Amino acid sequence: MDAIILQILNGLDKGSAYALIALGLTLIFGTLGVVNFAHGALFMIGSFCAVTLSKILNLSFETIDPTRTDFLGNPAKIKTPYIESWFGPETGAAIIDWAVPLSILFSIPIMISIGFIMERGLIKHFYKRPHADQILVTFGLAIVLQEVIKYFYGANPIPTPAPDAFRGSFDFGALLGIDPNVIIYPYWRLVYFAFSAVIIGGVFAFLQFTTFGMVVRAGMADRETVGLLGINIDKRFTIMFGLAAAVAGLAGVMYAPINSPNYHMGMDFLVLSFVVVVVGGMGSLPGAVLAGFMLGILESFSSMNEIKSLFPGIDQIIIYLVAIIILLTRPRGLMGRKGVMED
Amino acid sequence: MGILEVKGVNKRFGGLQALGNVNLSVKENTVHAIIGPNGAGKSTLLNVLVGKLIPDTGSVMFDGQSVLGRKPYQINQMGISRVFQTPEIFGDLTVFENVMIPCFAKRDGAFKLNAVGDMLGQKDLIEKAEQMLIDVNMIDKRNMHSASMSRGDKRRLEMAMCLVQEPKLLLLDEPTAGMARADTNNTIDLLKEIKAKRDITMAIIEHDMHVVFSLADRITVLALGTPLVEDAPENIKGNPKVREAYLGESA
Amino acid sequence: MLGLTKKDATLLLVVAVLALCAPFILNPFPEGSAMAQFNAGYPDLMQRFVIFGIFAIGFNILFGLTGYLSFGHAAFLGVGSYSAVWMFKLLSMNVIPAIMLSVIVSGLFALLIGFVSLRRSGIYFSILTLAFAQMSFNLAYSVLTPITNGETGLQLTLQDPRVLGQSVSETGGIPVTSLFGIELRSTYQMDLGAWLFQFNVGYYLCAVMLLLAFYLAIRIFRSPFGMMLRAIKSNQHRVNYTGLNPRPYTLAAFVISGMYAGLAGGLMASMDPLAGAERMQWTASGEVVLMTILGGAGTLIGPVLGAGFIKYFENIFSKINDNVLHGWFSLLPDGLENLIVGVLHPFIGKGWHLTLGILFMLVVIFLPGGLVEGGQRIARLFRRGKADQTDTTTKPAE
Repeated sequence: MDAIILQILNGLDKGSAYALIALGLTLIFGTLGVVNFAHGALFMIGSFCAVTLSKILNLSFETIDPTRTDFLGNPAKIKTPYIESWFGPETGAAIIDWAVPLSILFSIPIMISIGFIMERGLIKHFYKRPHADQILVTFGLAIVLQEVIKYFYGANPIPTPAPDAFRGSFDFGALLGIDPNVIIYPYWRLVYFAFSAVIIGGVFAFLQFTTFGMVVRAGMADRETVGLLGINIDKRFTIMFGLAAAVAGLAGVMYAPINSPNYHMGMDFLVLSFVVVVVGGMGSLPGAVLAGFMLGILESFSSMNEIKSLFPGIDQIIIYLVAIIILLTRPRGLMGRKGVMED
Repeated sequence: MGILEVKGVNKRFGGLQALGNVNLSVKENTVHAIIGPNGAGKSTLLNVLVGKLIPDTGSVMFDGQSVLGRKPYQINQMGISRVFQTPEIFGDLTVFENVMIPCFAKRDGAFKLNAVGDMLGQKDLIEKAEQMLIDVNMIDKRNMHSASMSRGDKRRLEMAMCLVQEPKLLLLDEPTAGMARADTNNTIDLLKEIKAKRDITMAIIEHDMHVVFSLADRITVLALGTPLVEDAPENIKGNPKVREAYLGESA
Repeated sequence: MLGLTKKDATLLLVVAVLALCAPFILNPFPEGSAMAQFNAGYPDLMQRFVIFGIFAIGFNILFGLTGYLSFGHAAFLGVGSYSAVWMFKLLSMNVIPAIMLSVIVSGLFALLIGFVSLRRSGIYFSILTLAFAQMSFNLAYSVLTPITNGETGLQLTLQDPRVLGQSVSETGGIPVTSLFGIELRSTYQMDLGAWLFQFNVGYYLCAVMLLLAFYLAIRIFRSPFGMMLRAIKSNQHRVNYTGLNPRPYTLAAFVISGMYAGLAGGLMASMDPLAGAERMQWTASGEVVLMTILGGAGTLIGPVLGAGFIKYFENIFSKINDNVLHGWFSLLPDGLENLIVGVLHPFIGKGWHLTLGILFMLVVIFLPGGLVEGGQRIARLFRRGKADQTDTTTKPAE
């Protein structure tokens, strides 16, 4: 029992990331009809927004402290971040400590602008081209983005810690009345799960309850008719692209403390997210979310020793295996609509 | 006994009875038109005939064999060729290649791996395809890229692709839909020409009465998924039941 | 000639001359001169050109003819490499049985994956092939370690049985790959004035294989089977209603292209007898897609050009560093020199992938037909210049 709860919890954070990326992919695919292989790069850029902000906040100047000496006997140089000198040591340290959550605010305008530029500058010209061309050009873009990041930030992962307040772990066992110290779970992962739930809820509410969202949903169902009604659907779709980029970016920002950002993390997540989208059903938002969590949890279950001893290597392939089975038995995925990407 | 026998076919989509007890018999060497107002079930019936839909009950026999449960390519191999509303051709291929493909399908069946063979070695097929192109007055367009042709020429090419298979039954799905009057008349002439040159059975699903009365030997009127009458064209014209079914649409 | 039309025979002849004279053609600059860094006529690089050329030709038979975009083709290359190395371990160092096994095993593997993946088309097919390839990659790293030797990669050892050969060579080392006794690594060096030309047995084996592969590809493109594949790409709906079953046709194309990939993998292992799982990774699959598109998908010569182009520039660009750039621009004023070097810096050396990505995007955006289309456009411009407005268009507008 406790092992099962632990695995479900373990699957949640990865599942949340899958769900968020897949949600953005589906938004783009459903509205614009574009298969975006550069979506993983957006997730990666989000993570690097957190890295960047924490670097900016840590910008320091050096002062010489005559009262102390370093081990060579020279006067010690002390680095003081500008933030601390402006806001006072305590507030300043707190701001630096909270760099990752603060990056949320920092990243939203960046991600939205990147989304707009991508859509207006590149993707727009590919609406009428075959899916293969869309895949190829966005694949090229993904390579470019990841190499640019690699050029500026290097090839090594950059640890980006969560605020001190979230560094511990939460004891679920004690909460549920089982043995303490059996089901412990890092606070930040809980935060990540809650955060993604809020984002997913927000996106759904936005599409469900605003006029804007209604038009977009109508456009997803039948683009031509909506166009005939005299509604400028293209402009809204550009905004949707920005939104999808922001969702991917936020997923990346908050993921930075879980997985130290590196330049190829986008590609790693992209392949899995595509599998998630296909399992959920191309063009179905609830399907993307459901499949994201489902596959995340399945992945964590399959890495249990009991299961691994039964099926060696199952943890390595479970997601792909599930995808293959689903695609062959339910070609439209779990919740796919009819006629999407079918020949 | 007709070459195509449809008996007691029913098809439901949820609460909608798309086809209700359809019986139909198409005699050899006739042109049989199936007409009816919108939503009468013409398209559903056609999709049953080509294996795209499987009816809930009933039987469809072609040339003594059931077509139900067979895939479209298997039904084609039985001798049913189909012309679509908008011409379906191989746009990336030349006109000649478009006609060669059905020649291969007719001779070699559904699959034959001939990966190192030479196209030039297929003398009999090349002759056959070229003769077909002469028959439909397209031999001068032989090496043209088929996607760049006019719609009328595409229609002509599609007919050629079907006819070169020497089908026992040619199904035409609204062959003049969306065409201008002049193109429609051209298509009628083409079909008449084809009929005059060879023995062929045709079943036409059509909306345009002008086309139907110029070509058909026999007409079945569908209404609300059920055949209303089946008769010769001259009797259909004056039939009060037919007028009633079409009332408000073309009467 | 050989059942080809005059045009195709000429093409084959051109490729043959290029491949056989490559050690000369690719070494135009004298040894030791400043331009010598642009030479590509050394065995290792030439082998890579040819091997990836074979890989891309095979990929093009699937993608170029049927339009099915496989994102998992590197899996077949990897399987081919593993099979060949196992043959070297168990049987002998002769490459012929090893390459034969590579082709057969990859073909069977492709039959299995193709049978399942081809039940879907479009993006679903791409994802299915991607999923299978990633599965193979992950398995090669984990459970299949006894067969693949995991992260280290499969290597030859002195303890290998090699029943028809010898476990240990006369000199006490691991024996080298050979073609009926001729060592593949043996190279004849020809000094011609300032020039140095190298003729390597391994390269010529690869070149002959390339010519065979290219010849077969021409035959397939021009055969009734090739025409059926193009028909399937053009309008699958019509194929069904013409009495043809598209599934076995696409499966045959998939298996053939898988066997090409296996051949490439086998050759790769023959040149350097080790095999690692990274050859199966999806980025490796992306690379072959890139080569094919860059050269021109659906054309005969395109994939070979694309493979050569990418491998050549990968090699050259990765070798250039800031010092080399400073050398080139040393004649300019210092400030300008530094500026130019600074601007070029991200694109060279380790930044080669950035250049590649940009190049790739530019090709897809502006030249969907790849290098071949680019060449045709230039040729048309020239012809128009010469004949002065003779109508060269054969396709009338709609």
